[in-house]
Amino acid sequence: MYNPYSLEGKIILITGASSGIGRAVAVECSKLGAKVIITARNNERLKETYRMLEGDGHLLFTCDLSNPDAIVQLVSEIPIINGMVCNAGTNKMIPISFMKYENIQEILNVNTVAPMLLLKEVCKKKKLSKGASVVFTSSMAGVGAAATGNGVYTASKGAISSFLKVAALELAPRKVRVNAVCPGMTRTPMIYDDNVQDEELKKDMERYPLGRYGEPQDIAWAMIYLLSDASTWVTGTNLVIDGGLTIR
Amino acid sequence: MELKDFIEKFAEQFDDTDASEIKGDTVFKELDEWSSLIALSVIAMVDEEYDITIKGDDIRNSTTVEDLFNAVKAKA
Ligand SMILES: NC(=O)c1ccc[n+]([C@@H]2O[C@H](COP(=O)([O-])OP(=O)(O)OC[C@H]3O[C@@H](n4cnc5c(N)ncnc54)[C@H](OP(=O)(O)O)[C@@H]3O)[C@@H](O)[C@H]2O)c1
Repeated sequence: MYNPYSLEGKIILITGASSGIGRAVAVECSKLGAKVIITARNNERLKETYRMLEGDGHLLFTCDLSNPDAIVQLVSEIPIINGMVCNAGTNKMIPISFMKYENIQEILNVNTVAPMLLLKEVCKKKKLSKGASVVFTSSMAGVGAAATGNGVYTASKGAISSFLKVAALELAPRKVRVNAVCPGMTRTPMIYDDNVQDEELKKDMERYPLGRYGEPQDIAWAMIYLLSDASTWVTGTNLVIDGGLTIR
Repeated sequence: MELKDFIEKFAEQFDDTDASEIKGDTVFKELDEWSSLIALSVIAMVDEEYDITIKGDDIRNSTTVEDLFNAVKAKA
């Protein structure tokens, strides 16, 4: 059957695969024929994802990406990959006057430093195949959508959304492509931040031209496009998937 | 933990609302200046000053400043 989005024969590493968007990406990739390597900190939830995968030959690694040594260890254990989705992320709404060195560090470590170190490591250890595709999960926040209390997170994603352009340039000679998907609010455990109230979410949802928040699969399908050979000529882009929110 | 002290710190999160307007029985969500940013600031203040984690729900379920104080105290 004709399918330019097929991932048959590809091995794809997915971080943050124990929940939300990362889990949906892993499952959808497996349905399109990929062998996936899933990673996150929580082994139980990771195993749940593993059980949802189609086909066989998938791998699972527990890894805390805020620890640089753990990143090195992870990369040393994986085979050569054709795709990588740097998706693990964390968020906490903090008004500016309450920002602390520690919480800035924590958010930047997972959202910004870890994806950079992971990319470095797979390059250095030659674990990225020629023509591989790297996808970051940035956010609409990373490309200019501002929300009160979201400063640290926004900075962490903005850094990735601009970093990827340099990465795309540097890796282009090996035909490795680097892009990001920038989701609007997507229904995962992350948006049910303890600091946010349900009514606020309901009001917020009404601002979306397409009338709803995203589902994890909406984001996963965009990633699949970027991982597949259908996007062989696409690199250095931030693909916004937000139900139309940012056209307002 | 004292109510008087809590009210003072609660009031500090506002810029245009005079501290004298904020009392134990103030229905805080009806204050003109109340906003989601102030709600986040109150949560962060409780964390910083009392080392107690409250949630958006605790704010939603409180009507007066004293209600919120009691919710915080219950977690101490
Ligand atoms: N949901 C949205 O509205 C939205 C919008 C824009 C962008 N995003 C981005 O999408 C990505 C996925 O988020 P999500 O919405 O799917 O949230 P989620 O359900 O909370 O998933 C976050 C994932 O990141 C992993 N993770 C967090 N810290 C980690 C660490 N130190 N080491 C390794 N893994 C770690 C978590 O796994 P463990 O806890 O098991 O480690 C989990 O699998 C994030 O980068 C987020 O910023 C989300």
